[in-house]
Amino acid sequence: MSDRMTIHLSVWRQAGPESSGAFENYTVNDVNEHMSFLEVLDVLNETLIRKGELPVEFDHDCREGICGACGVVINGVAHGPQKRTASCQLHMRQFKDGDTIVVEPWRADAFPIIRDLVVDRSAFDRIIEAGGYVSVSTGNAPDANAVLVPKDDVDRAFDYASCIGCGACVAACPNASASLFTASKIGHLALLPQGDPERSHRVVAMVDQMQKEGFGDCSNHAECEAVCPKGISISSIALMRREYMKSLVSSGG
Amino acid sequence: MHSVLASNVPPGRLEEKWDNYKSRVKLVNPANKRNHTVLIVGTGLAGASAAATLAELGYQVKSFCIQDSPRRAHSIAAQGGINAAKNYPNDGDTIWRLFYDTIKGGDYRSREANVYRLAQVSNEIIDQCVAQGVPFAREYGGLLDNRSFGGAQVSRTFYARGQTGQQLLLGAYQAMSRQAAAGNVKMFSRREMLDLVLVDGHARGIVTRNLVTGEIERYSGDAVLLCTGGYGNVYYLSTNAKNSNVTAAWRCHRRGAYFANPCFTQIHPTCIPVSGDYQSKLTLMSESLRNDGRVWVPKNPGDERAPNQIPEHDRDYFLERRYPAFGNLVPRDVASRNAKYACDEGRGVGDTHLAVYLDFQNSIERLGRQRIEERYGNLFEMYERITGEDPYQVPMRIYPAVHYTMGGLWVDYELMTTIPGLFVLGEANFSDHGANRLGASALMQGLADGYFIIPYTLGNYLAGSKMAGVDPSGDAFSEAETESRSRIDRLLSVQGNKTVTEYHRELGSIMWDDVGMSRNEDGLKSAMGRIASLREEYWQNVLVPGDATYHNKYLEFAGRVADFLELAELMARDGLHRTESCGGHFREEYQTPDGEAVRNDDLMAYVAAWEFSQEEHGPRMHAEYLEFENVRLTTRSYK
Ligand SMILES: Cc1cc2nc3c(=O)[nH]c(=O)nc-3n(C[C@H](O)[C@H](O)[C@H](O)COP(=O)(O)OP(=O)(O)OC[C@H]3O[C@@H](n4cnc5c(N)ncnc54)[C@H](O)[C@@H]3O)c2cc1C
Ligand code: FES
Repeated sequence: MSDRMTIHLSVWRQAGPESSGAFENYTVNDVNEHMSFLEVLDVLNETLIRKGELPVEFDHDCREGICGACGVVINGVAHGPQKRTASCQLHMRQFKDGDTIVVEPWRADAFPIIRDLVVDRSAFDRIIEAGGYVSVSTGNAPDANAVLVPKDDVDRAFDYASCIGCGACVAACPNASASLFTASKIGHLALLPQGDPERSHRVVAMVDQMQKEGFGDCSNHAECEAVCPKGISISSIALMRREYMKSLVSSGG
Repeated sequence: MHSVLASNVPPGRLEEKWDNYKSRVKLVNPANKRNHTVLIVGTGLAGASAAATLAELGYQVKSFCIQDSPRRAHSIAAQGGINAAKNYPNDGDTIWRLFYDTIKGGDYRSREANVYRLAQVSNEIIDQCVAQGVPFAREYGGLLDNRSFGGAQVSRTFYARGQTGQQLLLGAYQAMSRQAAAGNVKMFSRREMLDLVLVDGHARGIVTRNLVTGEIERYSGDAVLLCTGGYGNVYYLSTNAKNSNVTAAWRCHRRGAYFANPCFTQIHPTCIPVSGDYQSKLTLMSESLRNDGRVWVPKNPGDERAPNQIPEHDRDYFLERRYPAFGNLVPRDVASRNAKYACDEGRGVGDTHLAVYLDFQNSIERLGRQRIEERYGNLFEMYERITGEDPYQVPMRIYPAVHYTMGGLWVDYELMTTIPGLFVLGEANFSDHGANRLGASALMQGLADGYFIIPYTLGNYLAGSKMAGVDPSGDAFSEAETESRSRIDRLLSVQGNKTVTEYHRELGSIMWDDVGMSRNEDGLKSAMGRIASLREEYWQNVLVPGDATYHNKYLEFAGRVADFLELAELMARDGLHRTESCGGHFREEYQTPDGEAVRNDDLMAYVAAWEFSQEEHGPRMHAEYLEFENVRLTTRSYK
């Protein structure tokens, strides 16, 4: 059996969007390396509840790194120290006995805090609504093999399409820009023939919406790529810029 | 005695039923559609596809989900793929064969007409998804690639790396977002449905809790579509997402919708084994891994050597040995049970001895590491992240885990429950998978229901009924709201000694031990008793923190566990009444001398649909007798 660890947690507690928050310190004993980081929060919460205190609120669902619900800043890094790993998939073998771990919510104006570590990411939904789709109603599709798509194109499109919409890119960016999120959808659809007809309208609509939501501009820090649990490349942002320019040129704007 | 339920399957030859139905169905005139509000609960594949399609047709859709965004519904986690009868590989697939495999895989406990329809629309699903930009895997020539999955001898599974559910759900979510932008879908995230509202016996509204503010809200409409997924979390540990629950379905059951075959649970053979008591969920390793991985245990009990030190002649590839025709690709129930037997015999591996190996060595040698990486790269990564072991070097350790529930609310051919106007789609209904679901068929069913079936059957219902407007401030809504509030108040006021999670774990262990992979009369009876006392204790001694006026996750869980405690007893009761072994339901009393399941087609070829009752006699069973006019019932054999 693996050794037991004692872990100290410094967790951001905030009662609501308007309240001021503060760090609270806790200690969790009997942590082992096979536990996930969220399981440590579970154990902490059980203790708090039994003591009559309020548990720490955090978002989570699949715990498999795919739904994008979880997401906290761990020791200053969105999703913590392990590359390409969402908070729920981070396991305690990344830490050692006696460590203190600082846990905070995503911080961005466009992501208001709901409570403790839970934030409102509905701005992402509105960016998709602005144009992150192909306009094809059910029943209108040709045979799936009617259009050939080169394997390399689909593989690249897939790399972008694997975005889980967690918001780590925003949390990590000094400007709180949502460029990686927005660009990954634009890249996914622009690289496929099915997304081609609407590509110039799409990029403008989505980028405009991103700005309207109060996300900052991208100034090439690449912090987003470093924390993305799916390892999405900032080449998507370059692609988004090219698409945007092309679209302005072709519309005479 | 029980009464008999009618499934409303249209007349005609099996191959023509759906076309006949579509040609004769009543239609809602286009201008009228916008006068109908449809409430859709759930945004997984079933709910999102239905919301998008109905909105495209012109209905006013209100869509609800627990998560902060519809895109996070549990469907997102599906890995392996989606079936269709395209026959692109030219290996002999047909609609008939997909139908037949599904009926047989379900151990002859599903409705022929529904399953045939599912196979018929399967091809359109792939067309639709590709047109939406779903990046399915392709060959170098640009054509779509397929792979094979358990329970089938053809390659009919379309996949998008190990993230098929994610890509299909994003496609449906994006289609729905387009309709949200057009004003036809109104999205209500972070909402939990707590009750169904009936007006004059028809489903006309829901009561929800706003999970951010705690407010109880009322919504009215002309029909309610429940797309709320499965109830595997009744076992506490399962591969389902933490928010998956039975509450919406159970509340509808209490309002009069029958619950069908609740004991039919699927235990998936390839999950990462449990490592400790803090464990919060189990992680699936997609079944597609069985295409290239070989399952084995040491031949001799007590062999503690590292896997790579165990020579071929000391290994037992037990699936290949017992089932030479299907080998590692036998259906899930068969694979799971055999893993359990191997561990029961003392041949389990790893620290806990509750695991078997899934070994890729031969495939890596045959196909090269790169090919394996392309097929399963993200799964291998996930495995390594969780266990700290590299499956390219050491065989994976796997063990069965609860994964899918074939049971669910009973629906007729039109996907309507015993409550008029309440439809159920996706995993939440009982319909197409009988006693066992084949891999890659849940995604197919969810999207079939939402994209291609409900648009017709809902129209038929709405065109055929006179809909007076309903007022959400009316009595039926007030009564439902008051009930929901008082349940929440009761949960909060107990202030006992045991947390919600402790109760949930305890319930889970009763279910896993006695209503799990292998069941018997004594165990099921004792489980019923223990569940009932646990439920009683729960309402006396549960400790729920905080109050109901803000985001309070443990309060949400408390309501869901309360409903699981009711459902669990019905599952055990259903399992007890079903005196046969079929699919995921293995009754120890009904097996051959070499441990294969024995069905009882003479007595049990029916769907058991339970009616809720709080009377002394308990829930009442209604049977839908299954008529097999097109397939002959045989003993499933994968030998
Ligand atoms: C890990 C894993 C891998 C899988 N892989 C495959 C695969 O490869 N192929 C395959 O075919 N199948 C697979 N399955 C099965 C398949 O994913 C599911 O059966 C299917 O996605 C269920 O879809 P659904 O739309 O019915 O429900 P879900 O996707 O579960 O969605 C349920 C929705 O209902 C909402 N909801 C629930 N209760 C309430 C409530 N009370 N109020 C408001 N909203 C509510 C939720 O928020 C959510 O939006 C897999 C399952 C798991 C667990
Ligand atoms: S909980 Fe789903 S990505 Fe972490």
